[in-house]
Amino acid sequence: MPSVHEETVDQKLSAVPDDLGRFGRFGGRYVPETLSAALDQLEKAYEEAIADPEFNSELEGLFAAFVGRPTPLLFARRLTEKAGGAQIYFKREDLSHTGAHKINNTLGQALLAIRMGKQRIIAETGAGQHGVATATACARFGLECVVYMGSEDVRRQSPNVRTMKLMGAEVRPVESGSRTLRDAINEAMRDWMASVETTHYIIGSVVGPHPFPRIVRDFQSIIGRETIDCCKSLFGRLPDTVVACVGGGSNAAGMFYPFVDHPDVRLVGVEAGGRSGGDGEHAAPLTYGTPGILHGSLSYVLQDADGQTADVHSVSAGLDYPGVGPEHSFWRDSGRVDYTSVTDAAALDAFDMVAQQEGVLPALETSHALAWAVEAASKMRPEEILVVCMSGRGDKDAAEIARLRGHE
Amino acid sequence: MAAKEGKRKTGIELLEDAFALCKTESRRAVAPFVTAGDPDSESTSAILKSIYEAGATCCELGVPYSDPIADGPVIQSSYTRALNAGMTLTKMFDVVATFSKSHSMPLLAMASYSLIFRNGIETFVKRGEASGLAGFVVPDLPLEESDELDTQCRRAGLALVRLVTPTTPPERAREIARRSTGFLYCVSVAGVTGERTALPENLVERIQWLREESDVPILVGFGISTADQAREVAAVADGVIVGSAVVRCVEKAQEGTSMPDAVGNFVRELVEACRLN
Repeated sequence: MPSVHEETVDQKLSAVPDDLGRFGRFGGRYVPETLSAALDQLEKAYEEAIADPEFNSELEGLFAAFVGRPTPLLFARRLTEKAGGAQIYFKREDLSHTGAHKINNTLGQALLAIRMGKQRIIAETGAGQHGVATATACARFGLECVVYMGSEDVRRQSPNVRTMKLMGAEVRPVESGSRTLRDAINEAMRDWMASVETTHYIIGSVVGPHPFPRIVRDFQSIIGRETIDCCKSLFGRLPDTVVACVGGGSNAAGMFYPFVDHPDVRLVGVEAGGRSGGDGEHAAPLTYGTPGILHGSLSYVLQDADGQTADVHSVSAGLDYPGVGPEHSFWRDSGRVDYTSVTDAAALDAFDMVAQQEGVLPALETSHALAWAVEAASKMRPEEILVVCMSGRGDKDAAEIARLRGHE
Repeated sequence: MAAKEGKRKTGIELLEDAFALCKTESRRAVAPFVTAGDPDSESTSAILKSIYEAGATCCELGVPYSDPIADGPVIQSSYTRALNAGMTLTKMFDVVATFSKSHSMPLLAMASYSLIFRNGIETFVKRGEASGLAGFVVPDLPLEESDELDTQCRRAGLALVRLVTPTTPPERAREIARRSTGFLYCVSVAGVTGERTALPENLVERIQWLREESDVPILVGFGISTADQAREVAAVADGVIVGSAVVRCVEKAQEGTSMPDAVGNFVRELVEACRLN
């Protein structure tokens, strides 16, 4: 007869977070008291929404007609031949409206905001994909939209800045700190402190205080569910390996979550290895960090011995972040997901390779997962199936890549 | 009020003494906020001394943090200046230790929970206790996550000052008030720290309601920047916390050598404004 204790041990990995927003020891809610009531309100609104068939059918309708879901699974024929091992497939989130998976979350949260009677939306953005997806959702629903973006990112992802403005959003460049994603989140939080009664903060990744990591994961889980359905109908089985890039980790969480209770599927998250493993040279907290608190939750963080957040670097604005979602930390420590990192140079090579071999321009973020995938596929057997989450398209990166290579 | 009978007073006792003295002298408490290490440790020590001489009741020492989401631009910039000048936790505790050896004015560390957690909760509280700190204000630690720090502070006799804000529902405010030690920090406005021209209309009623619910003194902070505003708040609360306006005083005086005097003069104005007639 199993004891209560054994039942806890047997508990499914997917049965998180708990009521306090814990994924194992990670997660939680470390925010100023001013935000506590709003987070409680959000949690309640979310519970009510997902129990409401109308909410779900409205979101499904938008996913189909507005986003273009389900996104296809593409066999990467020439890349597979080049790697000479496992069959490589792309889960084509890059074909979603606005060019990345981010829209899944922004539509869901915009609907939540409307349910809570909030007409003003704020968001942070790194690569600009979440900013564009938020601006798009706000345009669709007639909500006021302000996007905070580090001024360094405004520079290196300018096509997305233009798109946000075209959609009617206000883009506020952030000049503090490293002028990247982390600083944009700080500014968005500060705005929210003063505007919380009328404003909803659409956080763009599986980070931040409870209930954000759960909500974002749930809205993104459509990626993993569709992948499972598609693999079952195409191959009659699940894939052997699934890989995704990890910055804050929303595409990876959405892809992995439906798989975590299928132990035969290997899950791999790829962080930004930057220039090297030295301090300040990368953005890989799961690889090099320690447990700490950043932006409202407990997770692996890159920080110094006092707890000051470390400087990070990545060629990719969307991965250039010193923290990561708490569920990834939970998956890391439980051993369910393997995390590794890929350098700037390897990601840029993969970008070229995929563009030229497959006619698909991947986002620089996604290119990190692709670099790992090609390398790993070469060591796998031809009957094995490897799925890469093609989280976003790379048009936004073309100019920055040209600049980096000195022919602007 | 320094150590007698061989046994050092606890942080909570130091705060109780300080508030009792205010009562005896018929005035409200004034708690200035100073960023530790802005622009350097030596200046902070000198500023603390001038604040003490100006008659402050206690002082909140802001512990610089790289990502302070509860703070407005003035305090944020002071944190950046301090960190760029090489401020560390060790240096901050050294400032506290030196000051508390020879002054009775209690010092509270205003510290992000990120720093406390990274250090180890027990270690951080022990370092605070050893340095002579009276307690902590942790602006990003809500009730639900605070049990461990609360336990450590109680063991050490240090205050864990909790914050109530305009968005806190009444039930929750009651619980926060009940669990706050040292004093209760009543945040005047929803928003980040910073100076504001007018205080919110319902502030008086909120304080009066809290007064019924709390056994500890109630100090009001966020947005108080002038002696007139301090006087207005002092009429209903047990004291005022003045942060950004003091930090800006430090910032403006940075050019000359008169920085401690400038801060001292400003605090003296606040102390005068908080006298009850």
